[in-house]
Amino acid sequence: MRTVTIVGASLAGLHAARELRAQGFDGRLVIVGEEPHHPYDRPPLSKDFLTGRADESRLALTDADETAGLDAEWLLGVRARGLDTRGRTVVLDDGRTVSTDGVVIATGAAARRLPGDSPAGIHTLRTLDDARALRADLSRGPRRVVVIGGGFIGAETASSCARLGHEVTVVEAAPLPLVPQLGAPMAAVCAALHRRGGVELVTGTGVAGLRGTTAVTGVDLTDGRALPADLVIVGIGAVPNTAWLAGSTLALHDGVLCDDGCVTALPQVVAVGDVARVGGARTEHWTSATEQPRVAVTNLLAGHTRTTARPLPYFWSDQYDSRIQFAGRYREGDTVQVTEGEITDDGAPGESGFLARYERDGRTVAVLGVDRPRAFMRARRELQRAEGERGERAAAPAAL
Amino acid sequence: MIPVCRLEDLPAGESVRIATTPPIAVFRTEDGELYAIDDTCTHQDASLSEGWLEGCLVECPLHAASFDLRTGEPTCLPARRPVRTHRVTVEDGVVHVHLGAEEGTAA
Ligand SMILES: Cc1cc2nc3c(=O)[nH]c(=O)nc-3n(C[C@H](O)[C@H](O)[C@H](O)COP(=O)(O)OP(=O)(O)OC[C@H]3O[C@@H](n4cnc5c(N)ncnc54)[C@H](O)[C@@H]3O)c2cc1C
Ligand code: FES
Repeated sequence: MRTVTIVGASLAGLHAARELRAQGFDGRLVIVGEEPHHPYDRPPLSKDFLTGRADESRLALTDADETAGLDAEWLLGVRARGLDTRGRTVVLDDGRTVSTDGVVIATGAAARRLPGDSPAGIHTLRTLDDARALRADLSRGPRRVVVIGGGFIGAETASSCARLGHEVTVVEAAPLPLVPQLGAPMAAVCAALHRRGGVELVTGTGVAGLRGTTAVTGVDLTDGRALPADLVIVGIGAVPNTAWLAGSTLALHDGVLCDDGCVTALPQVVAVGDVARVGGARTEHWTSATEQPRVAVTNLLAGHTRTTARPLPYFWSDQYDSRIQFAGRYREGDTVQVTEGEITDDGAPGESGFLARYERDGRTVAVLGVDRPRAFMRARRELQRAEGERGERAAAPAAL
Repeated sequence: MIPVCRLEDLPAGESVRIATTPPIAVFRTEDGELYAIDDTCTHQDASLSEGWLEGCLVECPLHAASFDLRTGEPTCLPARRPVRTHRVTVEDGVVHVHLGAEEGTAA
């Protein structure tokens, strides 16, 4: 393999570049990125960057030394528009083409938007430019902020806005946010954090429309209520960036379909990070974007799926001075119990946090920690070990 | 020189955090060695005294960067910068931390 092209210059793309060099690829390495910025870290955008506790220099994922060592051609500020049917040519928006022997697809996901035109004052939060714009708007004095969507990004953004002294309301269409991720009992505990942070949570109602022609003035809810707003943040999830692959031979369905080794139907094309649907599931977590590239690159260089990975999903979230950590796979019907620390009478985490274990058929399948990092880390390791052992048993040839 | 705790109150494999500015983490490895480093991970914001101790390495509880307690150097990403190390002594059964040279006189 003489040339490898990585499309997407963010967390997963950078990790793929590192892995290629670490695993001995010494050919031409091309990295295409739509954003003009060098790779930066997204999680702080809704947290310390928004509140001003971290500036842009803290977001950089790499430095000049490492960049020089990677010896890559960076084509930044240009979008890839297509991949030919054999996966040998990447076509760029400006008409250039890159001939290549291998491709790493790392184009991530984009914030989902509300349909229709947006007046001024409507924000999404996915990119550095989004965060800069939101930060600038928030710095113009106290505002009435409505956050649409109570998922992790919505909740973190609401928490950061409240910390900055704004009046914040979160609107969530479901009866309770985060139920698919955490199950109802623990979702209720996390929802209580909003109350603790002085943020109003309105649930069970959707958004009918936005008010305001030039600038937003309010949000109409489907239950007939109207919330006044100077600023609206839309946090209703992310859509994988696969549109540029229409016309290729790759199977696209809520992400780029790949096997357990991140390999697509073309053996010289792999996919990693938020855009990749690996072995039937897409994970939008920082840790997956950093772990998948190792396996993907091994298989890319081998020319076939040599190794697979099904790492235990892990994510964290910081809201209202609490740190939420979750590992494993929750499914409806799992039972959950608090095994350390406590939940207070008002339904929020106690002073020293808690650890909760999710069980299915008598074994632990997931753990949730709130402000309990040491206990969480131990539980996560146990879970990883158990999962590894089960995986090995499953992989062992059946006795005759 | 800052007193930390009695040696017997810090069993092998355990750590304590002392609330200096910035905070410091003191570790006693399974081999009984004592080490002190700045408690805050240089990657983002996590307390290394809550981390996973294995030999002379501690793994950050948030994104699993690992630091060598002897040198403060990260041994893997995502951390890229070292944490400062501090000398530890035991006097009359009490563990003491001597702030690193860069720390000046603040204590
Ligand atoms: C505000 C925010 C907070 C988060 N907080 C957490 C958290 O606390 N914990 C956690 O586990 N995860 C968190 N995440 C998720 C985590 O950041 C993502 O999982 C991670 O960034 C995925 O990396 P990626 O490289 O796959 O995709 P992305 O980071 O989305 O990068 C994809 C890149 O590809 C580029 N691109 C797209 N299409 C093209 C094209 N056609 N041509 C060229 N380039 C293209 C994009 O511009 C982008 O730069 C957060 C995400 C956001 C947005
Ligand atoms: S904060 Fe320690 S590795 Fe990220």
